[in-house]
Order: sequence, then structure tokens, then C-alpha cells
Amino acid sequence: MPSPLFYIFAAIMLIGGTMVVFMRNPVSSALSMVLSFLGLAALFVGLDAYLIGILQILVYAGAIMVLFIFIIMLLDLKAEENTSFRPAALAAGIVIPLMLVFQLTGVINNQDSLRDIPALELEQAATNFDKNTMIHKRLKDGRLPDTHLLGKKLYTDYNFPLQMVAVLLLVATIGCVSLSRKNSK
Amino acid sequence: MPFDSLPTPTLNEYLMISGLLFAIGLAGVIIRRNIIVIFMCLEMMLAAASLTLVAFSRFHTVDGLPDYDGQMLVFFVITVAAAEVAVGLAIIVSLYRARQTIQTDELTSLRG
Amino acid sequence: MENLPWFLLLIPIASAAIIQLGLKKSAALSSALSTISVLATFIIAVLLLGKDFASSFNWIEAGTLRLNIGFKLDQLATCMMIVVTGIGLLVHIFSLGYMRDDPAKARYFGCLSLFMFSMTGIVLSSNFVMMFIFWELVGLSSYLLIGHWYQKDTAADAAKKAFLVNRIGDFGFMIGILMLWAITGTVVFEAMNGASLDTAGTYLAGTAILLVFCGAVGKSAQLPLHVWLPDAMEGPTPVSALIHAATMVAAGVYMMARTFFSLGITAENMGILGNAPDVIAWVGGITSLVAALMATQQNDIKKILAYSTLSQLGYMVMAVGLIAPEAGMFHLFTHAWFKALLFLGSGAVIYACHHEQDIWKMGGLLKKMPITAITFLIGTLSLTAVPFTSGFYSKENILIAAKDSPLLYIAIGVAALTTFYMFRLFFIAFLGKARDSGSEDAREAPVVMWVPLALLAVAVIASPFFSQFFPTNGHVEVHAVPHFGDKLVLMSLGAFATGFVFAFLLYFGKDKEPISIPLFRNKFYLDIIYQRLVTVFQDAIAALVHFFDEFIIGGLLVGGAARSAQGVGNIFRRFAQNGSLSSYAYLMGLGAVLVIYFTVFAK
Repeated sequence: MPSPLFYIFAAIMLIGGTMVVFMRNPVSSALSMVLSFLGLAALFVGLDAYLIGILQILVYAGAIMVLFIFIIMLLDLKAEENTSFRPAALAAGIVIPLMLVFQLTGVINNQDSLRDIPALELEQAATNFDKNTMIHKRLKDGRLPDTHLLGKKLYTDYNFPLQMVAVLLLVATIGCVSLSRKNSK
Repeated sequence: MPFDSLPTPTLNEYLMISGLLFAIGLAGVIIRRNIIVIFMCLEMMLAAASLTLVAFSRFHTVDGLPDYDGQMLVFFVITVAAAEVAVGLAIIVSLYRARQTIQTDELTSLRG
Repeated sequence: MENLPWFLLLIPIASAAIIQLGLKKSAALSSALSTISVLATFIIAVLLLGKDFASSFNWIEAGTLRLNIGFKLDQLATCMMIVVTGIGLLVHIFSLGYMRDDPAKARYFGCLSLFMFSMTGIVLSSNFVMMFIFWELVGLSSYLLIGHWYQKDTAADAAKKAFLVNRIGDFGFMIGILMLWAITGTVVFEAMNGASLDTAGTYLAGTAILLVFCGAVGKSAQLPLHVWLPDAMEGPTPVSALIHAATMVAAGVYMMARTFFSLGITAENMGILGNAPDVIAWVGGITSLVAALMATQQNDIKKILAYSTLSQLGYMVMAVGLIAPEAGMFHLFTHAWFKALLFLGSGAVIYACHHEQDIWKMGGLLKKMPITAITFLIGTLSLTAVPFTSGFYSKENILIAAKDSPLLYIAIGVAALTTFYMFRLFFIAFLGKARDSGSEDAREAPVVMWVPLALLAVAVIASPFFSQFFPTNGHVEVHAVPHFGDKLVLMSLGAFATGFVFAFLLYFGKDKEPISIPLFRNKFYLDIIYQRLVTVFQDAIAALVHFFDEFIIGGLLVGGAARSAQGVGNIFRRFAQNGSLSSYAYLMGLGAVLVIYFTVFAK
């Protein structure tokens, strides 16, 4: 991704994030967050991580943020956000992240800052895969089949974590049900 | 394509904006009092971490392809975050039922 | 035969256990069982007389420390066993009469059996640790029996006093055992030898022996720990005869003799102990003199005998200190019989006079209870060393041992004093006329009581002829042949004559105490001094300990640690844990920043 595009999407992401923090209305915050995540997804795509970018939009912006907005509306929180920020919290909330950013700058400046993005060598990579597979054909055609590659990795190297995540989701589902019951004691 | 002649961002730039997003999230956690917004800021910090992972994955090529282990981790982060959000919001709902508020400065029963 | 000695231990403990667990309600059965058990042990002891063998089994093995439970039979042990079981038997029979109407008869006989078990254990034990265990057990049974009439405050106090004073001595004994173990590398008597004492040096060896002697000081009531024995007369009189005259108090002498024999200490090599034998001899000598002086002014018949016992124990300890443990043991042997006889005789008198113990309220008992009086006289003559009595022979052995030492004059003086106070007792209590209603209608003791007296009188007369069984590895030949014309015999006879003449002149036919020496009557004020000292020191130490505990440990260390933790906790509770989520997040962020700073930048 060329630098101008990068800066545009990064700005979208950071402005969205800032709006999340400073919007009084929680619904506005949630929508700002969707904006921020759209920028983030664009950055993912710029890093050739197409599937992750799509997932960021589908799962985060689509499902999770909708859930947030749904809960905000369910609890009818608009009336609650009418007080201003406390000055002490505001000061602390600006100083600490600023110190963090300074430290990060310090760390990054010590590193090789001119490291360019390495080029992908798709044709050469194709030789590592079986000729009959989709991955091989796509790579031969000069396209990056990252969904196929991720899927292959997921079902081979990461099979066990996948099963675990499935169990985790089941547990989370049961937890939600049990927490949300009317008279959960 | 005319874009190809333009420079591309370095790894450090990705890390920098990722750090900025993380800092903004932290600021939100400290400043805001609405627990749902705090929760959203936490998700933002998580997303910032995902960005570094994807950037590292792309900048560290293996056999001419991105290092998909990093992206795999992001995949799992998204999955776990989804589960976390579901449970967290359920907790917030029952908290609201019990205390009729989700303002953190009114939820101070942990005071020593 | 090999296993017979084990029965000496098993029979009394079985009897004690059966009485304690099952027969407490049945006084007649328990007294019969106890008496039969001691009869059985006496028969076994007679069968084993003069045997010499040992047996043991492993008990504890830890590193270089190996502890056995076992017995060691030799001349020393078998002779002592005859004393313990023989006097024990007669005391049991006597008790059948003396304690006939006691409400706690079963407990009394149970404790007697326990005592027999413990005393047998001391005599038979093959090593110091086992001896120490039984040493403590006799202390326990002595405590139980002194406090038999625990309803009386004096008896309960005397029991406590005996126990506590003995603890002081036992503490030294314990350290002494450990030191001997360190020096010789073993606690088994047979495995010890004097050579290791040589390598340890006189200072260390002497200290070890003196610490072991501490145990004897406590148990055999030597100065300065003698105070418990006169008070122990609060117990029943047969108990006084058995425990506090004949056997237990002599255990200290027995133990010292056993130690000296095991270490092979003789007059030739006593130098390896430094001054320790001299200290032992002088402690014994001074004890015998002081106790004899105290005895001259006592009015309680049992107190007189108690101080006499102290004095005679001092004699024995003196003999041990002069490296003549054979002489000490021989005197122990003869003394056990005649002192048991005297105590049982006094018990018969007390019984007849309705538990009156003041000799000035007795009188004329010779006519009313002739058997008791005559046996008492035999005991008295033996104690005062009239020629051809057992005491004469055994005392002469001690005088021979002391002949090169200034202690000889103390010994002669004590002999004169002994004659003096014993005939004072005899003249007042048995001659003259009755001075009280109790002694007026005194009658001869029942047969169950006078038979043991008669048997003991026979034993007193016969005991010198047992001298062939005594171990003779020192420079003093134990013998029962008097050397008339010898200077020592003449001195001894002179002492007897002096004491007898003074007693006759002062007390014959008198109804009141003609002289009064408060210093002797009040036991040199030692009890009062001890009481003051103990009170002052105890209070001072208690105050110090209290201060230390309350303010240093409680206030500064424990309390200070608690209070500082509490204070720091309060600071954090008040300022950090304020219940505000955003301040928690702030602090966490601050922590993260600091961690990054210290790990990345501050290198």
C-alpha cells in the first residue's frame, strides 16, 4: 500500500478512536468505533491480510459493535452520560498514554526505521505446494490465496487450538445464558 | 499503475500508529466512566495489538509468503474477543439490573 | 534363666497396670496382687543373686546414637535387687496392716507396684538413657506416693517440692549423660571405658562426672537439694521406709557407683577427673554433718529418721567421692535394712499412738509394745555402729576409705552425733512414762506389722554376711571382720561412747527438751532462705521475662510487624483502593509505564 493511502486510513482509524473516547453519547462512541475499525480493516488489507481485514469488518464492526449498540439501547443509557469529565481523570488519561507513546517512540527510534516491506515471491512459493492444489494454481497465477493458506494452517498446525476455541465459545454461550436469566442468583 | 512508484510505509510506521491506537484506548479506559464505553476502549486496545501482529506477519516473509502464524493469532484474538464481549455484556446487563447504573464512579463497593 | 530378669520388670508393671485399669474398686484384691507380684520378684531376685550376664534389644538407632532396652546383671545389680525386692516385700506386707483402713488403698498399692517397676528398671538398666527414663519414673511414683493423702495441703506441697527439686538435679544429670556420651561415644555401661576420659581432659571429664552427680544430689538429697526429703515424710510411713530411706534415695549412690565401675575409675587413675571426686566427697561429708546436727533438735519421730537418712546418704556419697564406691554400696546395703526397720518401727509406733508423731508425747512404749521396741533398738544399735552390728562393719569401711582425708574427722563427728540423736529418740519415745493419752493406750502392733519388723531385724543382723557378693575392684576390701585395736575402730567406739553418754545425761528420764538450739531446730534456716531466694529470683526473672515478652517480643517484634503491616495496608486501603475503576486503570497504566522505563531505558 502506498504511503498516502496508509496515512489516510491510519488517520481514519485514529480519529475514530479519539471520537470513541470523547463522544458523550455511547451510541456515537459505538459508531465511531465502527469507523475506526473500518480504517483498521483497510490497513489489514494493505498488509495483504485480506481474510483478517474482512473478519475485522464482519465480526467486529458487524457483530460485536451491533451487540454493543443493542445493549446500549436496551439499557437506555443516553440519560446517564450528562456529566462532564472530571479534570483529574482527564489529566491522568492524557498524561499516561502520552508517556506510553513517548516510550514507544524511543523504542522505535532505536530500531532500523527504514525497513521496507519485503516483496512477495509467489511463483517461487508455489513450488512448495502440490501442483494439483488450488493454492499452487493461484500462486502460479500471481495471486495471494491467503484464505486458502490460512485455512490450511488452521486445520493442520492449529487444529487443537481450533477445537479449544470451539469449546470456549460453547462455554461463553452457556455463561451468557446463565448470566442473563432474570433471577440468576 | 502510478501508485507503484509511491513509497510504502515502513514497519515502524505501522507500529507507531498501532501504539497510538493503543494509547487512545488506554486514555478512554482512564477517562470514561460509562462501563460500556470502557469496554469498547478495551476492544480497541486489543485491535491495536492485532495490527502489530499483522504488520509483523507481513514484514517477516517465509518462503516468499507472509508468516501466517501471526495472522493465525489475530484470528484467535478476534474469536476470543467475540466470546469475551458476549460474556462481558451479559455481566454488564446483570450489573445494571442489580444496581440500576453502569457509571463506574457509582460502583465503588470495592473501596477499602 | 536368660529371660528371667525381664520378669523382674514385667511383673510389677503388669500388677500396676491391672490395679490401675481394673481393680481400683477392689482394695483387697489389688493389695493382694501387688504383694504377690513383689513376692514373685523377690524370689526371682534371690535366684539371680550373684549372676553376671546381660541382654538387650535395639530400641532407637539414629546416626551414631544407638539406644538399647536391656538389662545388665552383675554383683552390683543383683545385690541392689535383693535390697529393693526384699524391703519392698516387707513394706508391702507391713502396708497391709498400716493402710488397712485407707480409703485409697488400691491406688496406694498400684503406685507401690509402679515404684517397684521403676526401681527395678534403674537397677537393671544397661545404659544411661534407660536409667534416666526409670530415674524419672521413680520420681513420678515418689511424687504420687508422697502426695497419697493429697487432701492435706502439706502432703500435696511436699510432693510438688520433691518433684521440682528433683527436676533441678535431673537437668544436670541429663546434661551429664549427654556429655558422657560425647566423651565416650556410647551410653551403654559395658561399652564405656576410662581411656576416653583421658583424651577428653580432666576439665571436661570432671565436669561431666559432676553433672551426672547432680542427678545423685537431687535423688539422694545431698546439699543443697536436700530440702525435699524431710518434707517427703508427709507420705505414708511404709513409703518413707521403702522409697525415702532404703531404695530410691540410695539410687543416686547406686548410679554413681555404676558410673565409676563402668568408667573403670579407681584410686590410681582418679586424677583424670580433676577435682570432681573431692567435690563429691565434700558434698557428702558436709551433708552428713549438717543433717546430723539438724536431727538432734527435731521432735517428729519421722523427721529425725529423715535427717538421719540424709546424714547416712551423705556418708555413702562421701565414700563414692573417696573412690570407694564398694564401701558406699556396702553401707547402702546395710543401711537399707536397718533404716527400713527403723521407719517401719516408727510406723508401728505412730499407728499405735493414733497417728501421733511427736516423740515428747510418747514414752514408755517399751513395756506396751515390746516387739516393736526391741526391733527398733536393734535398728538403732546397727545405725549407731555398735560392734558386731551391720552398721559397724559398713561404717568402718567408709572410715578406712577416709583415713587419709580430713573428712575422717567429720565422719567420726557424725558418728557421735548419730549415736546422740538416735538414743535421744529411743530414751524419750520408748523409756520413761507415757506423756499423752495416745501413748497411754498404745498396744502392740498387729501380727501383719510386727512380722515384717522381726524379719527385718533378722536381715539387719544377717546383712554383713552378704558382703561376699559385693564387687571388689577398688582399694577398699569389703569385709566383715573387725580389726579391734585398730585406731579407726577405737575412734569409732569412742564416738559411740561420747554420743551415748551425752544422750544418757541429757535425755534419760526427762519429760521436756532440756536444751534448745534454734539453728538446728530450724534446719539452719535453709528452707526459709531458699524460699526467700526463690521468691526474689523468681520474681526478678519473671519480671524480666514479662518485660521481654510483653514489650520486646509482643510489642516490638510481633506487634511491630503486625502494626507496620497494618499501617502500610491502611495507607494503600485509604489512598489506593478507593473503589474507582479509572484510578485503578490509571495506576495500572502508570505501573506499565514504569516497568517499560526500568526494563528498556534505565539500563
